Amino acid sequence: MNDMDIANSAPADRPPGPASPDLTAAQPAPAQGIRTRKSKTTVRPGDRIFLGLSRGSGILLLVIMAAIAVFLTVRATHALSQDEGNFLTTFEWSANTDPPVFGIAVLAFGTVVSSLIAMLLAVPVAVGIALFISHYAPRRLAAPLSYVIDLLAAVPSIVYGLWGALFLVPHLGGLYGWFDTYFGWTGVLAYHDGAARSLFTIGILLAIMILPIVTSVSREVFRQAPKMHEEAALALGATRWEVIRMAVLPFGRSGVISASMLGLGRALGETMAVATVLSPSFLISTSLLDPGGGTFAQNIASSFKESGETGKDALIASGLVLFVLTLLVNGAARMIIARRKEFS
Amino acid sequence: MAKRIDVSGLSAFYGAHKAIDDISMTVEPRSVTAFIGPSGCGKSTFLRTLNRMHEVTPGGRVEGKVMLDDENLYGSGVDPVSVRRTVGMVFQRPNPFPTMSIYENVAAGIRLNGGRIRKSELDGVVEKSLKGANLWKEVKDRLDKPGAGLSGGQQQRLCIARAIAVEPQVLLMDEPCSALDPISTLAIEDLIGELKERFTIVIVTHNMQQAARVSDRTAFFNLAGVGQPGKLVEIDDTERIFSNPSVQATEDYISGRFG
Repeated sequence: MNDMDIANSAPADRPPGPASPDLTAAQPAPAQGIRTRKSKTTVRPGDRIFLGLSRGSGILLLVIMAAIAVFLTVRATHALSQDEGNFLTTFEWSANTDPPVFGIAVLAFGTVVSSLIAMLLAVPVAVGIALFISHYAPRRLAAPLSYVIDLLAAVPSIVYGLWGALFLVPHLGGLYGWFDTYFGWTGVLAYHDGAARSLFTIGILLAIMILPIVTSVSREVFRQAPKMHEEAALALGATRWEVIRMAVLPFGRSGVISASMLGLGRALGETMAVATVLSPSFLISTSLLDPGGGTFAQNIASSFKESGETGKDALIASGLVLFVLTLLVNGAARMIIARRKEFS
Repeated sequence: MAKRIDVSGLSAFYGAHKAIDDISMTVEPRSVTAFIGPSGCGKSTFLRTLNRMHEVTPGGRVEGKVMLDDENLYGSGVDPVSVRRTVGMVFQRPNPFPTMSIYENVAAGIRLNGGRIRKSELDGVVEKSLKGANLWKEVKDRLDKPGAGLSGGQQQRLCIARAIAVEPQVLLMDEPCSALDPISTLAIEDLIGELKERFTIVIVTHNMQQAARVSDRTAFFNLAGVGQPGKLVEIDDTERIFSNPSVQATEDYISGRFG
């Protein structure tokens, strides 16, 4: 993209010399010759079929989207009209009682917090791995390493869930105790005994799950950093890290943001792993290490089967909120990328 | 400022392939030396051995000696990073950092290696470098605009400003005008004439008129055949190379009979 900019801007300062009119004049001539020979009304059947197919697919997509949106909105509205609690601030989720009382406060908190923890843990590590593979590792090491990372993405999320519940949970108690000893005074990292089925554990698990996608997208972006800018930095006497800081990271910044958003999207919507590990409760604890909490997707998966008509509609309403949340996150990411567009 | 380069018995390799073979020459300080020769004759490779950029290419390797006054660039314990600070380089395609403003581009080299400098001092260096590259008048009102927004010729002068901002001893130029139009080329050639008062300049060019116009000494490189390493045929005063070269191959090349 940068190469293109430079290539495009290069002729800008070319004075209107005798060479340029010759070049431009030479090109349209044969094109006109071809066009006049063919009748303008002739449309080849292949073109028509392809046009129909692609236009049809486009319309079909819009119709499906609209249908889903209408369905979700209607069902959600139905549930919201019966809700006795405040949908945004109520902690409780008793959608099957009469009258139903439910709110998304706990779910929104749990979803956002666990995903943020996952991002904080995963993105720096992923960027580090991506840089190592693209700029530090010898080729013999880089190829198998990227393969292993990609393999992580192929593990089904229920397997992560089982691993989290059977391995991570029993082993994190010690670490949490250490956190409590030294950072317990913050309140956020206080830990009172109990199984480590907390939002923080979910965050760690989600971090491992989004690591491959963030890593491989960042790696591809870093690999495409223009050689000419890396050489420019080298020729100024930059060390390898300075080359990365001057020529690779700025180039890859928007790519890393996109990669993180892809990861965040997965973390926000992750269902099975969270449902397997978390011990859900409709409370917001000030400590991230204490068990309890819930997320949108986990709550839907855990309560869908036992829900009645209104309960299912209430879950759909919470799903809509998750959808809007993802949309907002994506919008914010696009704004961050666009803000410094002039410089990229 | 401006040191003499003394190359002796220098060969460069890409893996097992020998790109240039046993080159020895002296480049005088405060002068312009031009490298000419057919494509693939190793003149760019040789240029890149002079600031240890050759070894950045995977498999790139060098044998021989390059003395900058009395320091061997390939001596043991010599840090290639510090070599590149002393021997600056300008590339074929203008390559200002696209994410940086014009000001930051010029300041980029000074800020490297933990270099701390006061803002007022940095302003001075940036202005001096841009003036040195004959670009100050054109950009002084838009220093905070992206460098990539300039025209190709201005970008190349910005790259020269960036290279001279760190006060190198030697300035290497790898076909600096080949991506530019004639007017921008003229501006760069004029600039080279001014810069040689302060720096030792080595320029690779495919344009023989350009070599004749800007250089004091000219080196002609050639290769025996495809896959053979490039060799230095001769180096002499530019006037002599273009009027009465001592080797027949040089005369053939210059008069356009091959290559």
